[in-house]
Amino acid sequence: MNGQTTCVEAVRHYLDKISASSHLNAWLEVYEVEALETAALLDKQRHSGSPLGRLHGVIVGIKDVICHKDHKVSAASRVLENFTSVYSATATDRLLADEAIIIGRQNCDEFAMGSSNENSAYGPVRNAIDEERVPGGSSGGSAVAVQAGMCMVSLGSDTGGSVRQPADFCGIVGMKPSYGSISRYGLIAYASSFDQIGILAKNVDDVKLVLDVIAGADEFDSTVKQKPSHIPALKKSYRFCYFQNALEHSSLDPTISEEIKGFIKKLTGEGHTVEPVAFDLLDYIVPTYYVLTTAEASSNLSRYDGVKYGYRNSNKENNLNELYQQTRSEGFGPEVKRRILLGTFVLSAGYFDAYFTKAQKVRRLLVDKTLKIFEEYDAIILPTVPTPAYKIGEKKDPVEIFLADIYTVYANLVGIPAISLPLFKNDKGLPFGLQLMSSQNNELHLLSLSKLLINLRFSGK
Amino acid sequence: MQVNDELVDQLSTLARLTFKPEEKEGIKTDLQKMISFIEKLNELDTTGVEPLLFMSDEVNVLREDEVKGSITREEGLLNAPLRDDKFFKVPKVIRK
Amino acid sequence: MDVNGKYEAVIGLEVHAQLQTQSKLFSGDSASFGAEPNTHISPITLAHPGTLPKTNKKAVEYAIMMGLACNCEIERYNYFARKNYFYPDLPKGYQVSQHTTPICKGGYVSIKTKDAERNVQLNRIHLEEDAGKSIHDADDNYTCIDLNRAGVPLIEIVTEPDMHSAEEAFQYVTEIRKLVRWIGVCDGNMEEGSLRCDANVSIRLKGETTLGTKVEVKNLNSIRNVKKAIEYEIDRMIGMVEKGETIIQQTRSFDADNDTTFAIRDKEEANDYRYFPEPDLTPFLLTEEFIAGIQARLPALPQVLFAKYKLLGLSEYDAHQMCDDKATAAYFEQAIAYSKNYKAIVNWMTGPLRQVVNEQNISFNELSITPKTLADLVTIVEEGKVNFSVASLKVLPVLLSNPVKGPLQVAEELNLIQVSGSADIENWVNEVLAKMPDKVVEYKKGKKGLIGLFVGEIKKVSKGKADPKKATQLLEEKLR
Repeated sequence: MNGQTTCVEAVRHYLDKISASSHLNAWLEVYEVEALETAALLDKQRHSGSPLGRLHGVIVGIKDVICHKDHKVSAASRVLENFTSVYSATATDRLLADEAIIIGRQNCDEFAMGSSNENSAYGPVRNAIDEERVPGGSSGGSAVAVQAGMCMVSLGSDTGGSVRQPADFCGIVGMKPSYGSISRYGLIAYASSFDQIGILAKNVDDVKLVLDVIAGADEFDSTVKQKPSHIPALKKSYRFCYFQNALEHSSLDPTISEEIKGFIKKLTGEGHTVEPVAFDLLDYIVPTYYVLTTAEASSNLSRYDGVKYGYRNSNKENNLNELYQQTRSEGFGPEVKRRILLGTFVLSAGYFDAYFTKAQKVRRLLVDKTLKIFEEYDAIILPTVPTPAYKIGEKKDPVEIFLADIYTVYANLVGIPAISLPLFKNDKGLPFGLQLMSSQNNELHLLSLSKLLINLRFSGK
Repeated sequence: MQVNDELVDQLSTLARLTFKPEEKEGIKTDLQKMISFIEKLNELDTTGVEPLLFMSDEVNVLREDEVKGSITREEGLLNAPLRDDKFFKVPKVIRK
Repeated sequence: MDVNGKYEAVIGLEVHAQLQTQSKLFSGDSASFGAEPNTHISPITLAHPGTLPKTNKKAVEYAIMMGLACNCEIERYNYFARKNYFYPDLPKGYQVSQHTTPICKGGYVSIKTKDAERNVQLNRIHLEEDAGKSIHDADDNYTCIDLNRAGVPLIEIVTEPDMHSAEEAFQYVTEIRKLVRWIGVCDGNMEEGSLRCDANVSIRLKGETTLGTKVEVKNLNSIRNVKKAIEYEIDRMIGMVEKGETIIQQTRSFDADNDTTFAIRDKEEANDYRYFPEPDLTPFLLTEEFIAGIQARLPALPQVLFAKYKLLGLSEYDAHQMCDDKATAAYFEQAIAYSKNYKAIVNWMTGPLRQVVNEQNISFNELSITPKTLADLVTIVEEGKVNFSVASLKVLPVLLSNPVKGPLQVAEELNLIQVSGSADIENWVNEVLAKMPDKVVEYKKGKKGLIGLFVGEIKKVSKGKADPKKATQLLEEKLR
């Protein structure tokens, strides 16, 4: 990003930062030698006058759910402890093709299930702003890496907020594009109709640059959009809305509520329209999310059986079923097991209609409602998270943790792009963001609106 | 609905998970909490609503019938916990 | 067997046919049979973390072709579903199949048994992926898993419980095998496992409308074994009921060594498959245009050709022979473009040519004698230039080693052209009759069978060149 520094110097700088911050536990593996070698090669190519890749020399970290050929990937789980991927994710290939340098793989919640990075088999990640606090999750490592200057940009994954929420807790930008924007080939699956690779960075321009490189049609993923994103038409003023009950919700920290309301006033002061809309379905989105994601996850995680790869219980006396049970029970952490059980429950005969089909119907209602909203408005504003970062070990109840996802799961349920913008800090110095969402296939619009909001916030007006 | 031991056992069997006796109560409690939580959906009237089956708008996404993308046996067996030079190995599945 | 015709058997069959595509249903690794273990694999087949399926277009076309050939309704909107269960040869821990939306619905297949001709009703045809292979005898202590077969495309053809005898089941599987080979979607090889059959059998009292408890029989790896297994099952179940025993719903396996079946699992162990729509794949929205395109590319089906050949005047048997397989029918179709002597063509194809084809272990499309050449052979016999016997025993062998030459040319070169001229034949007739005066007397006294002896002598004396028909004619005149 800096024209003067060589790639090698840049890599050295970040490697030093990584060492100095190792207690934050953001990284599971750092590719020191490889990163320096790649950097040297890029420097040589640049000197010889070769045209530069769009991400030439950009130092990237990837969450431990994104595959990288001949490198270990473990989904922060014991079940994949010594697993080496034999192929690269499409996103990884595209980063490398445009000359990014992958400096390491980042800690996260196991199988991307969690909101605090306390569910990793390799220890929690700490928030650099206050090391007793969680960075958020599941892409906690990816967020802290950017926050603490250990890499320029991270790729994370977002199924219910796992890029936006840690971005919020860490005071950086975190974006989840539309469902179908970035290929999921090579992204270790949690919930297939919700997962998207997301981007964490210090600013919106960096997010856009990476998005341009990694998004787009891919022969390996059938669910990727075949058409490119709409090019936004620039307007003088925009129409924003927010969910009426969202800003009054009982779980929302009053500071956050106040700041956002204050910012809304600023927006209207600039000539934009900001209106509340009724959203009766607000309290149903988290249950819907958990029914559908755990169902898909219970199936996606069946492949971890100790037969083809990964951890296997070594007891030679085991019969086949015992092998499966021991392997999976020892390999998976408690949160993963809980979600597998819940998912198995909602799919099982006798409960399928009452829970799974019901949730699919609610999802339909949400999608329809969303389409109506975007007929009248350019974007939706919401908080990202009800509270700022809490202390490590503070939250234990699974349902309490689920409920904190209330503002972020919506975008995954309906497939729209969403971004968390680091606009605010509370009196303890803890950051919290504003969440902005646009209609499907409109991420470019979302990014330009994001810049507008950031400029407004920090313009000193 | 009530979560009993039988349900936990059934689900564990389907999911090929096993819980130690000391873990069982905890898992039962957690599952009860989670199921009670999702039961909130019953409050909604969804009569006549079509379930949403697919998130993507795409249809008929197909590929040509071409042989490509294979890996070698070595690569395939590389990560296998138990194998020989040809096969993945598992405990004998008892057959008559 | 059936105690006083008291019981009726009710049989439904599930046939799995491997589609002969180059690559697998959801990934590009090879779908062909017989490779070294675990060499036809990819990260997708191995269910590596992060991998995703993508549907093979050809497999979809083949499924629709079979649906059209079986008179099914093609479901315009259909999609895949996950069938979740654990087994070592199922890498993902789920099979991608179709559950509530099979690509083809209903349909029927015509079969013919000794007693009747009828349609067996189908319930559905759907697409799904095959599992790998578990090999139990390659290692003393472990079961070995070969994933070459995992992901190969299958169609599952399910009948209604619409058959009532082992014979009907036999004919049905025979017809299915013929059809899949005919339209070119599957090689129908039951020994190699490209065609597999499971049977659901139950019995009930004749006249009952409710179905009895059904038993599933697996491991039927030949059409003969399908019949044997069902016969055994029907007898077994009737035997049990007659003794007052209850039939348990279970899965049984066929033991080919004893022609018996044995239980392998009870219904209670049945899995809850937790089907749900496959989120990693898009649904199909099939257009009329797309389906019409496939219909147009479908070859004329045996039933259609059979009807056509009967209209041409072929007997049922002959028509059936000519539709035995696609290569035979194609050959016949071409031959009749050159000659209208259909019966003669059939005789050659079921006689001498059939013998060649069998000996060389080939199909008619690989035969070195072209349909045009066959038509020429028929013509030279028709025109009396050689008789059938000479044509098949002397001309044909030469043609086989010299496919470029025409039959007439060969006959001329070998000096086999029959003599039909009355003068020549009359000479030979006179010669022979002069040689056997006592036989002539016997003939005139009533032993008409001696005409064969005279014709045989004429053949010898003329070195096969005498037209036997003409010779017989002249003989009869002379001996009046």
